This record gives sequence, structure tokens and C-alpha cells, in this order.
Amino acid sequence: MKTIKLKINGIETEAEDRTPILAIAEKLGIRIPTLCHHPILEPYGVCRICTVEVRVGRRIRMVTACNYPATNGIEVLTDSERVRRDRRMILEWFMSRCGHVPVIEKLAAEYGITEPRFGRGDEECILCGLCVRVCSDVVGAHALGFFNRGTTRVVSTAYDETSPKCISCGACAYVCPTGCIKIEDDEMLIRKELPLGPLTPVHIPFMQAIPHKPVIDRESCIHFKTGDCKICEKVCEVKAIDHTQTDHVDEFDVGAVILATGFKDFDPSCMPEYGYGKYKNVLTGIEFERMNSASGPTGGRILMAGGGEPKSVAIVHCVGSRDERHHKYCSRVCCMYALKFAHLIKEKTGAEVYNFYIDMRCFGKGYEEFYHRLLEEEVRFVRGRAASVSDFPLNHTEVGKLVVRVEDTLIGQVRRIPVDMVVLATGLEPQADAKDLARTLHISCGDGFFAERHPKLAPVSTATEGIFIAGVCQGPKDIPDTVAQASAAASQAQTLICMGEIEIEAATAFVNDEICSGCRICNTLCSLSAIRYDEEKKISVINDVLCKGCGTCAAACPSAAITARHFTDQQIFSEIEGVLYDVRT
Amino acid sequence: MTFEPKIVGILCNWCSYTGADLAGTARVKYPPNVRVIRVMCSGRVDPTFVLKAFADGADGVLVAGCHPGDCHYIEGNYKALRRMRLLHKMLADYGIEPGRFRLEWVSASEGERWGKVVTEITEEVRKLGPAKFRQARKAKAATPAA
Repeated sequence: MKTIKLKINGIETEAEDRTPILAIAEKLGIRIPTLCHHPILEPYGVCRICTVEVRVGRRIRMVTACNYPATNGIEVLTDSERVRRDRRMILEWFMSRCGHVPVIEKLAAEYGITEPRFGRGDEECILCGLCVRVCSDVVGAHALGFFNRGTTRVVSTAYDETSPKCISCGACAYVCPTGCIKIEDDEMLIRKELPLGPLTPVHIPFMQAIPHKPVIDRESCIHFKTGDCKICEKVCEVKAIDHTQTDHVDEFDVGAVILATGFKDFDPSCMPEYGYGKYKNVLTGIEFERMNSASGPTGGRILMAGGGEPKSVAIVHCVGSRDERHHKYCSRVCCMYALKFAHLIKEKTGAEVYNFYIDMRCFGKGYEEFYHRLLEEEVRFVRGRAASVSDFPLNHTEVGKLVVRVEDTLIGQVRRIPVDMVVLATGLEPQADAKDLARTLHISCGDGFFAERHPKLAPVSTATEGIFIAGVCQGPKDIPDTVAQASAAASQAQTLICMGEIEIEAATAFVNDEICSGCRICNTLCSLSAIRYDEEKKISVINDVLCKGCGTCAAACPSAAITARHFTDQQIFSEIEGVLYDVRT
Repeated sequence: MTFEPKIVGILCNWCSYTGADLAGTARVKYPPNVRVIRVMCSGRVDPTFVLKAFADGADGVLVAGCHPGDCHYIEGNYKALRRMRLLHKMLADYGIEPGRFRLEWVSASEGERWGKVVTEITEEVRKLGPAKFRQARKAKAATPAA
């Protein structure tokens, strides 16, 4: 490409031949006002506000900077008296159509227009065409267009009806410089509000995500709806975005595996008595936690669905846990996070806080002290499982409130307590696919939480050597316990790796080649998949490294070809004879 | 002298054996009639072990393993369950009252339960009286072939 020399406002500069003047000026930091220009769209030159004075030799021309290609030797003036005069005129014409649009009024004030000569019109649209162009060129939906000609020209959808081509992306409203396109039905937006907070299609899943990199949500990304857009790809300087990428499976050879698959939050929708999903001010623990987050949708403020801070909040303990209908176990963390919530509510809003509990389980270091601190903060504790949450008032104090019905077991009375907001201290439950994972890895999994090899002596090991567990996937626990367990699992894995050689179980089983008939009964019995069928020799072979010596195969072998070392049939028979020595003789 | 049944217990190493151990350290009181043999897993228990015990004169046999889902070897106890169900059906054919044989789940933390299980089977076998299996076999062996 040819390089040319030109002057802008007396500054000499170089640029590629036929670069639009606006782009060159921008690089030099010279501001030229624009209305119909957008960096991601082709220049259009329709609003004329970017008019500049161009001198070629002795010839003077007034041109639009956004689409005028610079050539060698030209001289550009962006703020000369003539330019200012022309722009004033353009603005006055704009005002005769759109006299009350903030962006035009602001520009008019810059150019010293107090009262436009041609009056003020009441239109809002300046017909810049940004919306039409973004809809067809970027989004690729082609829902918007220009209709009619001359003074009756308007931007609209075909036949002025709701367009079936519109994908509700909101791009038109986003680019509109005058704000005359508004999104009326927020629910229709692609960027539908996820639980408590809007999310753009390109986002970092959460603040602490590892790797801390954005992902594209296929559900809401415009590209996956229309095949167009790809703005993110255009603006990404390092060219890291690839829309053709799909999920793929990588295989790794590893020496140890640590399972830290965590938990699933209990979904209280199955408990209609608490009205979750029915009343907007009934939240789960994790939703309330998100609301409290300084980087969350409300910026950490505690707000009700209709806006405004609550005057009273109920915290219902043991939702989904310690409940015969759902999970019998105690989720351990709920009591303490409920207390944290109570403290935050007191601190942020000063609202009355009621805790409905079965037992307060403040088991950890400093936890009991925290509970006592809350008692001093005048948080109310009502001992009794909340029976129901409803919005049905029985007297004037309950109108417009959520009423929690509870048996206060300390005073032996059924109480109705009206509150503004209800937080359900939801329990932890195992991941839905935990059992599949356990089966894949040959570890045991009682009620969905992975079982450790020994509750006291091998708390992070599993039945399969080299597989360790940490965190809530092993059982409900709080963060300190999880970190402790994770450190233990990491060091166990490290120990295994550092040894270089591993110790294997000595008491394994072995197959007597000469007796094995190759019936393969043992093959499917082995829950650790340690037995393989040798097609060539037509016998089963036990892998010494995988075998743990449980002896199930030895007990099942119809031809007694398998011997379980240290627990042979002969040894056990002798033991039986031994323990029955007195009756045998 | 009152009849004191002799019962052979075959216990899995991880749950029931440890549970029985716990019963001891926890000073749980239970009859001393069960004589324990340790195996690594209840899945190791070949039905012939049970028959051998009866043949050698046991009045009862108790096989104990981990609770379903808690097996150290993932599912050895399920395999034991399958075998012992079948064995249970066959015992009557051998002339052994099914009440003399039991499969129980006792976890490492269930010392109390171990005590209860032992008390139960001991009482049941005591009611049934001495097993005739060994005597019958002996008598048969003694009879010269016709």
C-alpha cells in the first residue's frame, strides 16, 4: 500500500493511501463530531456532522470525514470558521426535526446555538441508519429497514408489524445515538436475566473462575442464532476468539487423580410449602449470597424484588437437610452461613431477622462465639422447623407480607410471623452424576457422596489406589474443612508421585494356568476390573497391580483355579477346623 | 449342663471385624458363642466355607459384611448377598434349619449392633438345639455300604 503525506490542522502526518480522514484524525487525537458513524460499521456519510474542509492545491471542498479517502498532499481543517458555520447549519436542520434530543442539544450548545432559526421539531429519530445497518450488517437478522421517501422516511420493520426476524438482541437500541429505540419487554431480551443478574453472551463465568478467561454462551450469542455478528472476533486484537471451536475430549496419562467435584445446591422447588418460585422474595441461600456479593447484580445491597430494602427477613434453616422426605443428613454449613446472612442483614439494613432452626450447630472454632455475638445483635432465634410461607393475610399486620408459620417449641405455641423476605438455608446434595463417576473410577459411593477408604485412618483415599477425594464430594463440609482435606489429598497424591515406585497389595489373587477353564465367570465379578481374559491362552489373567485381594473371584471360581493369597481355601478350612476343635474331637 | 451353641462367624476385615473389635473396646456385652474367622471381604465367602463349618459341627454360622454401598471393594458384599441367598434356600435340603445361618451387615462403627446380632443368632440357635448335620454325616459314614 502506498503511503501518503497530508496535513491536518497544520500537523503533518503520514497514512496509508485512501484511509478515511476521520480515522487519521482519531489517531492524532483530533476530535471530529459524529452521529451516524460506528467503528464496527462501514462509513455511511449520512448525518454530515463530520464535515471538514479539505484543500487540494487551491481548491477548497467541504467533505464528510468519515468516508472521504485521504490522498497525497491534501490539507485538512477540522475546526475552521467555515467548518463551524457549516456544522451549525447542519445542527439547526437537525433541530428543526429533532429539537429535544439530548445528543443534538449538547452538540448545538458546543457550536453556540441557543435558539435554532428553523424551530424545534418533536421527532426523536435522526435517520442515521445505525440501527438498520447493525441489524443487517452485524447481527444479520435484517429485521429493520428504511420506509417511504423524503420527509416521510422512517425506520421500521416490514409493514410496521412485530418482525418474526427480530431475535431480540437489543443491538439496535444499543447503537442508537438518540435513544429513540427502547426495549420495552425486558423478558424478551436474549440477555435474559439469569438468577439475580444480567449476563452478556461473552463473559467470565464467575470472579474466581480458573482459567480466568471469558467464554461464549451459545444460548444467547447472536452468532449462533444468525451466523453473523462476530464483533468480538473483530475487536479482539490478539485474535483469540474462534467461533468454530467445539467441545473436545483430551486424554491424559496421570499417576493420581483427585476428585473435587463438589456438590449441587438443594432445589427447594419440590417443597411447595415454602413458596420458592411462587413468591419473588423467597430466595435460596446461594441466591442471597450472590445478592450480597459486592460484584453481584445489586452491588452487594439487599433488595426486594420490587426494590427497596426489607424491614424484616426470615431465615429458614434445614431446607432439604435433616428431613426424612429429602436428605436425612445434616448439611453442616447451613447454620453458619445462615448466621452470616443474619449478621449481614443486620449490618446492611438493620432489619429484624428471624432464624427458624431445629438445632443450632455451631461446631467449629470461633463459631459458637459468633452465635453469641448475633444473640447480642438482637437477631431473633425461633426454635422450630418453619411449617409454611404464604402471602395470605389473617390481619392487617400481615397484609402485603410473607407470613411464616412455625411452631415455637420453646414456648409451645404456633406463631405467624410476617416478614418482607424469606431466605431458605438450602442444604448440600451430591452431584446428580456422582454415582456414574464412582462407577467409572471404581470407587464406592454410598448415598451419592464418595466413600473414603477409612473414616479415620484414610480419610482422603478411596478403594482405588491413586484416586483421592476432597471437599463436599466426600460429604458436606465447610470451607476450612474442605481446604484441609484438599491439602491432604494433594500431599497424598504428591507422595504417590514422588515415590517413583509404588507399593502394591501383597495379598492378591492369582490364577492357576493349568486349571483355569476360561469360563470367564470371574471377569465380570471383579469390581476393580483387574481380571482380563487372555484370548491366546484362553484363560483369565489377574493384574497384580489392580487386584486388591478381596477374594470374590476365588470364591466364585467353579474349578478352584483362583487362589487368594493369605486367604486360601485350605487356610480358611483349617481355621474353621481350628475354631471348632472342641466339637470335632 | 445347658446347651451352649457353637457358632462360626466369618467377618469381613473392613467393617464387621472392625465393628466386632469396637464392640470389645466399647465393652459391649454379648454371648461368647461366636468364633470369628477374618476374611478380607464378605465376597470371599465361598458357600463351601459355611457347609464346611456345619460339617465340622458348628451349630450356627454367621457371615457379616459391610452395609450395601459401603464395601471397601465397592460391591463384594452384593456378591456375598447373591450367594448367601441361594445357600439359604439349599440349607434345608441338607437338613440344616435355615435359622442356623445368617448374613448380616455390620459396619465398623456398629459395635452395639454386632453385640445385638450375636445375641440374636445365639438365642435363635439355642432354641433350635444342637445341629444334627455332623452326627447324621458321621452315622452315614459309619454305616457300611449296602
